[in-house]
Amino acid sequence: MSIKEYRTAAEARGGLLVLKGTPGVAFGDRVRITDHTGGVRNGQVIRTADDEVLVLVFEGTDDLDLAETWVRFLDEPMEIALSPEILGREFNGLGEPRDGRPPILSNIRRAIAGSAINPAARTYPREFIQTGISAIDGLNSLVRGQKLPIFSGSGLPHNRLAAQIVRQARLKGEDTSFSVVFAAMGVSYTDARFFRDELASSGVLRNVVMFINLADDPPVERLLLPRTALTAAEYLAFDLDRHVLVVMTDMTYYAEALREVATAKGDVPARKGYPGYLYSDLAEIYERCGRIHERHGSITMMPVVSMPSDDITHPIPDLTGYITEGQIVLSRDLHNRGIYPPVHVSPSLSRLMKDGIGKDDTREDHPRVAAQLYALYARAQETRNLASIIGADELSERDRRYLHFADAFDARFVGQGEDEDRSIEATLNLAWELISQFPREALTRLSETDLAKYHQGED
Amino acid sequence: MSDSRRSGVIRDINGPIVTIEAPGIRSGEQVRIGEAGLLGEVISLKGEQAVVQTYESTDGVRPGEPAVGLGWPLSVELGPGLLGGIFDGIQRPLEQIALASGDYIRRGLSIPALDRSRLWAFEPSPGLEPGTPLAGGMVLGTVQETATILHRILVPPGVEGELLELAPAGEYEIEATIAQVRDARGPGRDESRRLYLYHRWPVRRPRPYSQRDDGVAPLITGQRVIDSFFPLLKGGKGAVPGPFGAGKTMVQQQIARWSNADIVIYVGCGERGNELVDVLESFPQLDDPHTGRKLMERTLLVANTSNMPVVAREASIYVGITMAEYYRDMGYDVVMLADSTSRWAEALREVSGRLGQMPVEEGYPAYLASRLAAFYERAGRVETCASASGSVTLIGAVSPPGGDFSEPVTSHTKDIIETFWALSKELADARHYPSIDWDTSFSGHVPTAAQWWADEVDHGWAARRAQALKLLSRDAELSRIVNLVGPEALSDVQRWELEGAALVKEGILQQSALDEVDTFCSPPRQFALLDLVLWIYDQGAELVGRGVPVREVQSLPFLARVRRLKSIYGNDQLEGIRHFRAEVGQALDGLRLEYDQGEASR
Repeated sequence: MSIKEYRTAAEARGGLLVLKGTPGVAFGDRVRITDHTGGVRNGQVIRTADDEVLVLVFEGTDDLDLAETWVRFLDEPMEIALSPEILGREFNGLGEPRDGRPPILSNIRRAIAGSAINPAARTYPREFIQTGISAIDGLNSLVRGQKLPIFSGSGLPHNRLAAQIVRQARLKGEDTSFSVVFAAMGVSYTDARFFRDELASSGVLRNVVMFINLADDPPVERLLLPRTALTAAEYLAFDLDRHVLVVMTDMTYYAEALREVATAKGDVPARKGYPGYLYSDLAEIYERCGRIHERHGSITMMPVVSMPSDDITHPIPDLTGYITEGQIVLSRDLHNRGIYPPVHVSPSLSRLMKDGIGKDDTREDHPRVAAQLYALYARAQETRNLASIIGADELSERDRRYLHFADAFDARFVGQGEDEDRSIEATLNLAWELISQFPREALTRLSETDLAKYHQGED
Repeated sequence: MSDSRRSGVIRDINGPIVTIEAPGIRSGEQVRIGEAGLLGEVISLKGEQAVVQTYESTDGVRPGEPAVGLGWPLSVELGPGLLGGIFDGIQRPLEQIALASGDYIRRGLSIPALDRSRLWAFEPSPGLEPGTPLAGGMVLGTVQETATILHRILVPPGVEGELLELAPAGEYEIEATIAQVRDARGPGRDESRRLYLYHRWPVRRPRPYSQRDDGVAPLITGQRVIDSFFPLLKGGKGAVPGPFGAGKTMVQQQIARWSNADIVIYVGCGERGNELVDVLESFPQLDDPHTGRKLMERTLLVANTSNMPVVAREASIYVGITMAEYYRDMGYDVVMLADSTSRWAEALREVSGRLGQMPVEEGYPAYLASRLAAFYERAGRVETCASASGSVTLIGAVSPPGGDFSEPVTSHTKDIIETFWALSKELADARHYPSIDWDTSFSGHVPTAAQWWADEVDHGWAARRAQALKLLSRDAELSRIVNLVGPEALSDVQRWELEGAALVKEGILQQSALDEVDTFCSPPRQFALLDLVLWIYDQGAELVGRGVPVREVQSLPFLARVRRLKSIYGNDQLEGIRHFRAEVGQALDGLRLEYDQGEASR
């Protein structure tokens, strides 16, 4: 560690500090700043030249007195200490305890920036995770090592859904539950407490690490938090062989913090003021999930993205959708109709579902049942639109059947209790109950064998 | 490469953009940055200062550290051993990197693309005696690279002179001297020059050919909506735009799997790691329907996943297309898939932003359109320098933000390409796959493809294709009416048109990649299904025209089975389709007879 301190701060704005006369500082170096009150702040070098350095200050630059600011370059990257003791603890974005207990002491220290997993070293995720939620298990199955975000909107129950998944998720036929890494960025105190209580009451808290940056904590620290949390997740998964479920909420606040800093740096904006590197930046976070050859653990990721004004084409959900392996989309309409969880299945998707379901994983009819439900529901939605124009009474017998199906599907298949943990068999049987309202000829996505075995109507 | 290395010093580091002071360095030159030896490329010069984009993260690098010019531009190694491999955006072999640096990619690694120790059985071309005049592109001999691909060892473009010596048949490492040439054009004029089993080529310079030819045959992908509706010729340029979740990657992977190209190069440019693993794990197990060999034997992957350094992403598509041109020069038909060109464009934007260049549309630099056009122009069917015929078919995925096709990358791409497979979110939401939208997609290759179908499959193709498209557009019109006033407003004839369009959609256009029988549909089966569906439509239309109520025709039991036929009879079971047609014919005759008798008795 360099002992030399610089008192050459020349500029401070929007979380950025410019220092002059600082030769040979490493890019990405960790920085310790002592302000005029003696308070210590942390920072990182984000641009370095012969005689000038730009430092990002995680606690912000408010109230700095340039003449009374001492800066020390620590000659090390941003890193955190890791040990099995992190389980059951709560930290901030820098990895410092928030729970009033002592810091982690360990000689295992990892740089939070991480590096890219070699694609040649990855294993394709294909182990079905039963979440106990029909809309997910039946139609958008999650597999171990997948990143599947929840696209939500303000006021929708994404936190309740995420908590239910954390409580219920398990591999089919296995009892071992997941270790959970919970990363909260810019969330309210109430939301953070909801999760803490939720995890405590279900008795899994000692299997959980929480990283928390509340809405009134410094926004710049949010840029570190997902990286810190994922470094911990990688340690749990690939050093300690655990299966880790990472819940990150809310990626929208993360991206807003990124925009704030990018604007202060003067980066050229791309869409809606977000910097052109938003995609790469989000990918650095999301792609840390997965499975690796010959490692027993895995990282499964469930980020929450709230869509500003429910707009799925907003850059944050949009770019997220291009990186993640699908998305679970919540609908305000279903929520207003009192349906929980309000999963809008049409725009929802799981890209890794195809290899995690079927004969050896769930049940042989599962892929075709999912396709058939989707086809019926798509048709039913058209019928609903038609009914809203010409009235349900004007519909033909055939169309009314679709209308009836759509209502039953929303209420009984999508809708379920917050404590209701449905097995995949129960989900598929329920699906057949709904499908069997239609005659066999209308069910072209199913095979003749499926129909013979599961269709409940008469021949 | 004989130039001495030029050393300089780092002045400024701004993420992947590093300014160095290095007198005499050239634009485009490769540079090793800092003590860690990170690779980079000079993108601009000003006086003695050069701006370098680095392909690796610059964390920990300091101003004052050295920077060394390597004397050559970003180049790839071209020789036997590429096929079956997976390379990063600057052609480093990822499997060897994993051996050297473990599960995560370490920086500053320098591992050559081609295995130096592997032996290849070289067979010299007959008739090449000392004294034979040689020119770039000529075939010195061959190496059996995989069971199906005979690798032709080419004289590197630009070499011209007299053959002094050619190695005899035998086993050689790729760095072994295969030939000596008196090079009339090389740097040391008229000096003897050694040629090896491989050579290097700068990726940003298109490889030369003798002349361009027009495409003659469609690329058969086994996907009905592509081959039968929006065909792409071998040597053509196509684009697959679509919002996320519309199935771009699936369409590309299906083409990579089933197309009748000799070589497939799949460039994962800024895409998901898990999807590349899917290809890596499944291709070695899948059989090529055209040769019966494993797909991996003809496939080569370039992978820059979205979390790998952004500058190497920009380079990755050039690395891919240069390897594609190399196999083209051997006389092969190559398909290159770039998934996704939007990520490439964004990498361009990211670098230009860091350089402080003036943005034009959505932050993209002004040269976006010209770079895109120049890239797509590297596709084509050519006569090679050795007078063989080869082609590069280029298919780029486009990921428009928010699914908006008017954004810069999609709209500039649309201006350049010939075949456009527009993916639709609505179709994908209804799980209609492939979600290629028949309304907005187009192909400029239909007349040439029609000739091919007429020669190889059936003369009726063009007419049936046109009829199906007409039915689909009629469907769109009628659906608008239904949505306004309800289905009761339609006549029986119109309702049968809707039913016909539904048959086309469900029985022909929808094709599941996961269905073992239907994942690849041979051209004869494509036509048999299309012809059958439209024949049924014609027959039904005739009945409805005679006054048979549409409900009676619609309730004929075989209509559900027609939709499922594609998954029942495989490519070698066309007899089953013919048999089914005969059965349907009888049922229709029965109905016709019944109705005629009813009419007569009234």
